[in-house]
Formats: sequence, structure tokens, C-alpha cells
Amino acid sequence: MASIEAIRAAHKVLAEFEYTPAKVERGYANQTLYVNVSDNTIVSKPVDKKMKHTFIGGRGFGLWLLWNAVHDDTHWDDPENEVILSSGPIGGTTAYPGAGKSIAVSLSPLTHTVVDSNVGGHFGPLLKFAGWDASEVQGIAEQEVSVFVDGNKGLVQIIAAPHEADDSYLLPQQVLELFADAPEEKAGISSVSAGPGSEHTLIGCLNVSFYDVRRKFPRLKQAGRGGIGSVLRQKKVKALVVKYVGVKADSNAPADWEELTRVGSKMQREIHDRDPIMNDMRGGGTTMLTSIMNEFDLLPVHNFRYGSHPEAERLYKDQFKPYFSLNIPNGCWYGCTLACASCVERFQPRTGPYKGQWVNVDGPEYETIAGIGSNCGIFDAHAVLEANFYCDTYGIDTISFGTALAFAMECYEEGILNQERTGGLELRFGNAEAMLELLHQMARGEVFGTVVGQGIRRMKQHLMQKYGADPQFLQDIGMECKGLEYSEYVTKESIAQQGGYGLANKGPQHDEAWLIFMDAVRNQIPTFEDKAEALHYFPMFRTWFSLNGLCKLPWNDVEPADNRTAYEPRVAARVPEHVENYIRLFTAVTGRQDVTKPEDLILMSEAVYNFQRLFNLKMGFGTREHDAVPYRSMGPVTQEEYESRADRYDSQLEEIGFNPGGKSTAEKMAALRAHREQRYESLIDAVYKRRGWTPEGIPTLETVKRLGIDYPDVVALIEKHTA
Amino acid sequence: MKVLVFTPDLCDGCRICEETCSQTWFKEVNAAKAAIHISELEDQPGRFVANVCNQCGECIDICPTMAIKRDKRGIVRIDKKLCVGCLSCVGFCPILAMRVHADYTVPVKCVACGQCAKKCPTGALSVQDLADAEWTETEKRMKVVA
Repeated sequence: MASIEAIRAAHKVLAEFEYTPAKVERGYANQTLYVNVSDNTIVSKPVDKKMKHTFIGGRGFGLWLLWNAVHDDTHWDDPENEVILSSGPIGGTTAYPGAGKSIAVSLSPLTHTVVDSNVGGHFGPLLKFAGWDASEVQGIAEQEVSVFVDGNKGLVQIIAAPHEADDSYLLPQQVLELFADAPEEKAGISSVSAGPGSEHTLIGCLNVSFYDVRRKFPRLKQAGRGGIGSVLRQKKVKALVVKYVGVKADSNAPADWEELTRVGSKMQREIHDRDPIMNDMRGGGTTMLTSIMNEFDLLPVHNFRYGSHPEAERLYKDQFKPYFSLNIPNGCWYGCTLACASCVERFQPRTGPYKGQWVNVDGPEYETIAGIGSNCGIFDAHAVLEANFYCDTYGIDTISFGTALAFAMECYEEGILNQERTGGLELRFGNAEAMLELLHQMARGEVFGTVVGQGIRRMKQHLMQKYGADPQFLQDIGMECKGLEYSEYVTKESIAQQGGYGLANKGPQHDEAWLIFMDAVRNQIPTFEDKAEALHYFPMFRTWFSLNGLCKLPWNDVEPADNRTAYEPRVAARVPEHVENYIRLFTAVTGRQDVTKPEDLILMSEAVYNFQRLFNLKMGFGTREHDAVPYRSMGPVTQEEYESRADRYDSQLEEIGFNPGGKSTAEKMAALRAHREQRYESLIDAVYKRRGWTPEGIPTLETVKRLGIDYPDVVALIEKHTA
Repeated sequence: MKVLVFTPDLCDGCRICEETCSQTWFKEVNAAKAAIHISELEDQPGRFVANVCNQCGECIDICPTMAIKRDKRGIVRIDKKLCVGCLSCVGFCPILAMRVHADYTVPVKCVACGQCAKKCPTGALSVQDLADAEWTETEKRMKVVA
């Protein structure tokens, strides 16, 4: 490893841009930063009122900037593609929990269309305080570079960075040493980086750092979904670095600080009072979900075949908690006392380049535990932690890694793969050693690691073309939709959540909707119209967080004490008092007086959400066929799956008038499948109608006019596809 | 450690302490800006309680920027240069003695300066030297590092 002096000595400034940092006004810097690493240009772009009103910020700004940067035939690895990060008007607010998110937007190597991925860490807020509402990186560099934004000096540089580490364990530490002029400046620096795994796979993630003043090392949060890390490395960008020293309560320049103090301190007290008796996020982040999901048969086991497992308790919260250092702040932005960012300060990997060294690990979160743990049959907390460490270090999305590996393991168990075909790896469910070796192969760009690293959609092609595997079986068990791997919930008994995944703009990620309890457990949305309403409201409401730089967790992972008694269950699920908080928060920051009721938030999201759907259409997707989901997400693919829950499925068949008596499992499976697939189509019909889309899933001209996104190219696109 | 101690039996509810506090720290008479709040018990007219920081130090472990530290006299203080106004300490104070006022971005708390005690006509307030609080997690870390 090169010394800091050697790294610095090799730096060569390839381009430099001086600017007078814009003073943030009511949540906006009113300009965005454009950097082209092909021709080394750096430009400031204005943000006008129309852009703010239509796209708000965050994901909305990312979509708008990318829409204008790419063409319908732009490929993810073309120089035209961009990596965009933006927080949003509320982002950088310190007085309300969960207000420091950044949203990354790019063309995805997995889906070949636009993807958004939200992430904690300090990048987005510091970028704004440095004078930029978004940063847009286009081009492909000739050599390894870093982009450095100094918001105190008003300076942007593209720097040749040949000697920095290429992994995200060392690189963020080096960045702090390189760019902090004094130790106390470290808190004002955040970096975005990927890693060697991003280079050799399509499932690369971005690591966004924040400096932990007590633990004295950089912490990492991930924009995992959609392979944006792979795009960053393909551009030969090692790190995006922003520096802004001097964050204050009013750095985001809210319109009404007094209102912010009221709503913020109320929420802080609520977390103090309610979190310990609700989810205890402060005591271990999202790790508590494993036991809940296992109990309700929702925990993915063996590539989503099953929803629970007798050994699952080896992945429960109590197995991870002893590793965590708690009782000091674990928020990924100032003021987030929900503090889900658990930290393992001393961990000793048993394999790989850091074998035997003491390292720190951020996480694991539930998705990582379920994806790499139970879904791959690996009921071993240490192995999950080690995989979590190396995924982050190598720049690999833990969700796509876990789901893709689970698919490969099932193919191995079914004889489609064998040791010869995997290059010697015995990819049986539960083989932690093979899992870790595969991960190291991804970083080294070797053999089977790079095959799994292409994601499930390409793996299916590989297995069909090379080994003549049954296409229908692969389609049924390959848990991807739109090319993106599923996140970690079993949806077989929740038709609404099948749609929640299948209809999600970027692919099957749960950040659009999580309706399983409402639908399958509590039966609160029984009709298709009810489900369609939920699949309108919740995706729109959750989209709103990503426009504003907000985290979803403080919305419904903690609730006011009277939430469940003051409202009927379906209304309580929306947490009305918190929705009211968000209206107050938005108004207090932006000063906009036209946002007064929940519907106003939904309307803001609708414009951006429909625009993203149309972006998919522009790129050759965005129609009904692309909302199809694998049957594994709907019901039992194999006889073993059916028979493991035969009572449940038999009684469901009786309900629809099919007598299971005397029928073979195959006959019963066929009847169940026909029924469930029909229901999914009915659900899609109802949702499209509710969203103002054609039966093919295209937003109508009336819809885009109502939402104010009837730009000439949008109208032309719709006319071309609906003529 | 130095702590402002309130003796309820001696308080007659004159609220001179609130006025003194806001005058001392903000140069105005405004109880909403005072670090001490006196209130009359609803069920016991003529009996008063004071809400004021007891220097327990729990806020030290909540502050994300380590702006809150205990000084040599044991008094918990906020470093205005480091405070980012996140209000975590306001929400997490066990006795709700950390306050925020809209005119300021940094919370207001009692630092046992003793001005109110000097002005208290009944002797209900006094700054006393009590047994030190246990080290917080943050202090343990910093002492180990030091």
C-alpha cells in the first residue's frame, strides 16, 4: 500500500474550476455541478424555479439531469452515461431525524435503464453546503481519477489518482488524510467510492462515507441497488470527494427555524420514548427483522423457496448485537437518533486479503442477513458479517450478491451447475466457505465469481446457452425482475407485494412499497381496488422521501403512542401525524405555502414517478411485459415447496372451488399457478388504471398534462408508443 | 461536580430565578429563554417544582459532534462552535431540561453559574458540590485515548 505522501505526490490536477460557493437558500443551492472526466470540463448549471417545482430535488433532479444527458440508445457503459448524486431540499437539515440522504441515479448495467438508489452518509448534504444541489459525472477517464469539491475554498478539481487504494475499506481513510488540513476537518469530508468487485461485476455499489468523531474512522453507507458502483469504476473514477467544514443548524437556511425546532424536538422526544418499546432500532438497527420475518414465514430461505427455517435463530438480533458498539451515536447524518447504522468496531476476517487483521464493519442490516444468510442457507453470523465487510470493501451490493448467489446455489442443488462448471466451488446451500471464495473471485475478476456477478438475468442466459438448462425453470426460480435481483422478502402470500416488487420503477426493491403485513397478515386491503390504492399511495408517498433527501425509517419504524388507537388500521398504516410532520418540515425548509395536505405530497411524487416510468419507456422498457415477475415470487415452483405448506395451498384451492382431494401435487400446483398468475394480471390492470396509465402500462397524455411533465419529448414518446 | 440544587420547601414561586437566568445569558427578561423553569403543582397550590439540568451527562453520549462535554468542575457544557443544532439532546434529556428557543440554534441549559441562586430571595436555590457522575461512554473512550 502506498503511503499518503506517495499518493499525494502522484496527484496531478487535470482540470480546475474556481467558483464562489452559492449561499443555500431555503434548502437549495440553486445550481448543479457538471463534471466530464473524458474531456476534463467542469461546468456550473443553474437550477430554475420550474425544475424545483416539478422535480423537487434528489431523485427528481437526478432523473431530469440524466434524461437530458442520455439518448434512447445510450448504453450503461457509454461515456454519455452519468453518475448523479443529489440530496434534496430537506437534505442537510439537522433538526429532524433522517434528513441526510443522497440519491444516486444512473443508467444501470443490470436493467439497462434508469435506476435510483438512496444512501446515507454525508455526501449529499455537504455537496449542497458546498454550493451544489447535485453532482453529475459524465465521460470515461483515460486514467484513474478522483473528483474533489472544496466547498470552503470554492474549488472543483479532477485529479489523476493512480496510487489510491482501489477498495472502499482503505480509500475513504486515505481520502481523509489527503484532504483534511487538520484532524478536526475530517468531519467535513465525505467520499463516494466503489471497489474492485464493481470493476469485475455488474452489481457494484457506491460507498458513501461519513467520519465518526468518536470511533475516529470513516463509516460507510451504501447505494447498493442497480450496479451504480460498476458505472463509477467503468468511468475510472476512484472517488468523488466533497469537503465542507462548518456545518451549522442553519446551513440549509430553512425559511422557518422556529417551526423546525417544534417539529424536530417533538420527533426527537418521540424516538426517545417510543423506539425502545417499538423496534429498538437504536439497539441494533434492522437486525430485529430476521425474527419477525421468520415468524411470519416471510424470511427468504434457499432462494425464496421457503419463508422460515429452524436454524434462522442463529441469524437473530441477539447473534449480532454482541458485535455492535452501541450507546454512542450511530446516525448516518446529524440528528438521526433512530441510529440504525450499527457498527462493528473490531472484526477479524477469516479469509481474503484482510484475513487475520482487525477491521471495522458497518452493518449488517436485515437485507444483508437475509440475502447472504438465510437465502443462501448460511446460518452463521460471523460468515454474514465477513461477507458484509467484503461486499462493502469490494463495492458489491449485498442484496444482488445474496439473491444471485442463492439462485446459483439452487442451480447447483438441481444439477444445472456442478463443480466442474463452477470452477471447483461446491455451491451448496449453506456453504459459507464457497460463498466467501466466490466473493473474493468477484474482486479478483476470476472464474465463476464474474459469472454470478453478471446478475441473474445474464446467468440464466449463460446456463441456457452453455448447458442447455430448462428456460422455464430458470425463469421461475430466478428472482429478478427488469434485470434487478429481488430484495429479501417472500411475497408468495401477498399479491399486493408481488405488485409492489413487480411494478417498482427500478426493479424489485422494497423501498417503493412494503405491503405484506397490511395485505397478507392483517387483510386490510382485500379487493383489487384496495390493493391498487395502496400501490398508488405508498409508492408515491415513499418516492417523496427520495425527492427531499429523507430516510423512510423515521416515518413508520417509530410511531406516535396514539397512532394505533386514534386511527382505523388502514389509516394508521400511513402514520398521519408523521405525514403532518413532513408537510410542516417541507414548508419550514422551503417556505412554500402551497403544500398543506397529504395529497400535495403525493402530487409532487406523482410527477417524478411517472417521469421515471416514461424514462424506462424511452430506454426501451416501461411497458407491461417488463412488469412480469418470476413465479417463485407468486407461488410454489417445486413439489417440495408445495408440500412444505400443503395445508395452506390445499385450503386456498378449496376457496376457489378446486377440490384438492385425490389430486396429485403436480395437478394442484398447476391449478394454484393458473389462479395466482391470473390474480397478478388483475392486480396490474387495477394499478395501471389507478395510476392513470394505459392497459400497457404507459402514462396517458392526460396524466402527464395533469402532472406538468408534458414536455415536447415526453409527449412525442407517449404518442409514439400509444399510436 | 457542581449542580444547581432546588429545595422545594423554600420556594415561593416568585420566578426571579427565571428572570435572572435569561438576563444573565441573553440580556433580556424572558422566561422562555431561561435554563430553569418553575411551575406550580396543579394538585398542590403553593407548591413549586423546578426543572433544571442536574448535570447527569446523558446528553454527552447523544451529541453526534461531541459538542457536549463536562468541564473540570463537572458541569456539562455545549461548545457552540461544534453544535449543529440537531436537537438530539433536547429530545433525549431524561428530565427535559435541555431547551431550544427559536431565536437561537444552540440549545439552552443550566451551567450552574449560580446567578439565580444569588438572587433567590428565599434560598431555595444553591450551587452544591455533589458526587461526580459516572463516566459516559464518550468520556470513557476519550480518557482511554488520552
